[in-house]
Amino acid sequence: MYRYDEFDERFVRERVAQFTDQVARRLDGSLTEDEFKPLRLKNGVYLQLHAYMLRIAIPYGTLNSRQLRQLALIGEKYDRGYGHFTTRQNLQFNWPKLRDVPEILGLLADVEMHCIQTSGNCIRNVTADHFAGVARDEIEDPRPTAELIRQWSSAHPEFSYLPRKFKIAVTGAEADRAVIKAHDIGLRLRRHPDTHETCYEISVGGGLGRTPMIGKVVRDYLPKQDLLAYLEAIMRVYNLEGRRDNKYKARVKILVHEIGAEEFTRRVEAEFALLDGPSINADPEEVARIAAYFAPPRYDVLPAVSNTLEAAKASNPAFARWVEVNTTPHKIPGYTALTISLKPQGQAPGDATSEQMRAVADLAERYSFDELRVTHAQNLVLPHVRQRDLYVIWQQLGEAGLATANVGLVTDIISCPGLDYCALATARSIPIAQAIQSRFADEARQREIGPLGIKISGCINACGHHHVGHIGILGLEKRGIESYQITLGGDATENAAIGEILGPGLAAEEVPDAIERIVGVYLAARSEGESFIDNVRRIGLAPFKAAFQETARAAA
Amino acid sequence: MPLLDRNGNAADRWTRSEGAAIGNIPAALVRWEVLAEALDAQEPEQVIGVLIPNSVAFAELASFLPRLALVAIAFPAYADGRGFSLARQIRRAGFAGEIRASGPLVADQFAYALSCGFDTIELPEASAARQPVEQWLHARDAFSHTYQRGYRAAGRNILDRRRAARAAAPAAGR
Repeated sequence: MYRYDEFDERFVRERVAQFTDQVARRLDGSLTEDEFKPLRLKNGVYLQLHAYMLRIAIPYGTLNSRQLRQLALIGEKYDRGYGHFTTRQNLQFNWPKLRDVPEILGLLADVEMHCIQTSGNCIRNVTADHFAGVARDEIEDPRPTAELIRQWSSAHPEFSYLPRKFKIAVTGAEADRAVIKAHDIGLRLRRHPDTHETCYEISVGGGLGRTPMIGKVVRDYLPKQDLLAYLEAIMRVYNLEGRRDNKYKARVKILVHEIGAEEFTRRVEAEFALLDGPSINADPEEVARIAAYFAPPRYDVLPAVSNTLEAAKASNPAFARWVEVNTTPHKIPGYTALTISLKPQGQAPGDATSEQMRAVADLAERYSFDELRVTHAQNLVLPHVRQRDLYVIWQQLGEAGLATANVGLVTDIISCPGLDYCALATARSIPIAQAIQSRFADEARQREIGPLGIKISGCINACGHHHVGHIGILGLEKRGIESYQITLGGDATENAAIGEILGPGLAAEEVPDAIERIVGVYLAARSEGESFIDNVRRIGLAPFKAAFQETARAAA
Repeated sequence: MPLLDRNGNAADRWTRSEGAAIGNIPAALVRWEVLAEALDAQEPEQVIGVLIPNSVAFAELASFLPRLALVAIAFPAYADGRGFSLARQIRRAGFAGEIRASGPLVADQFAYALSCGFDTIELPEASAARQPVEQWLHARDAFSHTYQRGYRAAGRNILDRRRAARAAAPAAGR
């Protein structure tokens, strides 16, 4: 994991002092409320429905046990004993007091954390594949790139007052687990077919929100050393030419769409050609310095199959099912990447109590080289677990209420906080997620259905990524009543696709029935081993639409 | 209007001229729309500056730069950051005159503006009244070091400092 050097440490401390000073200047009237707002947002402080919300950056979703324990402490001391992991691999506290924020920032700085650029019209916290460094299909670990971008984008003198927020995601694997095509910039590390050097494929203009768009590739193979200069070129074109007349048309996706990907690329390349790369880019030694922090841990030499694990599975079917559903193959024999579901029945997706955070921190310290990940699906990962330790871990997770075996299944729902917390929301999200979870509570049935991603947003801003859910649910408000629009066929992976609307909006209580009917069509039509999304692609929307209409009619 | 440079309050030697008739004003600051006309009327000892909207493309401005001593870029709102990129483009073209940010900036943008190539900030009276010069100087030094290379932060760039430290360290210590 990356560790701060003296410069990183001083930078974060100076940022805390700066924010403290900004709050003081707001309070003494030097800054108006309108002037203060963008400043507090750039430090992750939102004014929500009931209180301030503080969003803490977890850069590229990587944490150690000390950091997670500190988050647990902050949750207890300044909030209500829990935190909410977000779809951007961040953590939100929903109830802090504004006057406590400087103190919280100090506690975060003590463990090399911050809230820098978790909101506002700037380059946001960088996200990455949660199986970075672990996945078998990885070409190169994306975290050194993400850390380089984290540093480069922090308090950027030119790009801190952009037309709109700007999100960058990085993956180094063949399968896209970072949803790079739904980001303003998506970076994919890949090998050049001729030189075999690792390069970046660069996509621009993806995004969800009210105008969902899939990112367009602007460069197939960018040499690694040119990264920062190329990013500067993209950002400059966007900063100068992105629309500022309408906040809903201000994301870079709109610029790319309006002038066309080809023209956008031409402008970026023209700007890039004018730049003096060596005076902008990080030198190779700096890149190597960062990369060294992400060197693999000292793995044990283990057999590929653990007899201990196999024996435990044989004697405990519930454990065996959990292993089957919640583990992902690791590149090192005898190890596995374990996903801890934060989606137990009846809980808000992504919430974890301080006690649960401490339990997971202990497990990470003891069994996963002190490392954890936060996924964009709002779960946690112990990335390097010996297979033989899984049974002990499962038991301890069970005691903490964290042994739910549903990763990637119908009840592993992504949801934004919705109207229960958010000032922007037009409908509730969490209760919808809970109702679906309860409808599909039978674990055997969940496994029978197989991989199925439901994503729920409580407003058109799409924080719950509903556009790229296999089944997407969007909560709107129509004449004072919540109405839920169902989309089908979205995909957040390397086959990124935006879901299509199935029909008219439904009342909250009709949603579980509608999901049931959609799943019913799939179960009846699927061929051997065919997943939900593959089935939707093969048979098309028509049969699902027909079944959906029946729900709508039954309700009418 | 109040003017700040890197060191605090500054005197403004420029006189604004609404139209193109700049007469014998020694340092005339004219609007973008009349710039060409004003330059036609320029006397040998006279210097001319222009106030441009931040929507002007650098390419439109470039050919005028050799004859200008000041480019003032309007900030219609402080959160409209186009001016930062425009200043960078103007500096990159080798412009050695003054670049000025004109609008309701906040003190926290001072360091950014200086890094991007601005020399001066011209504030509306109300902004300056609320934010005394001490706040600007304090905000200017909020960060002792910064991460971005190539932004006028000589000696204060973190990547360059790390590189210097590596070069100074004995090879075995790397």
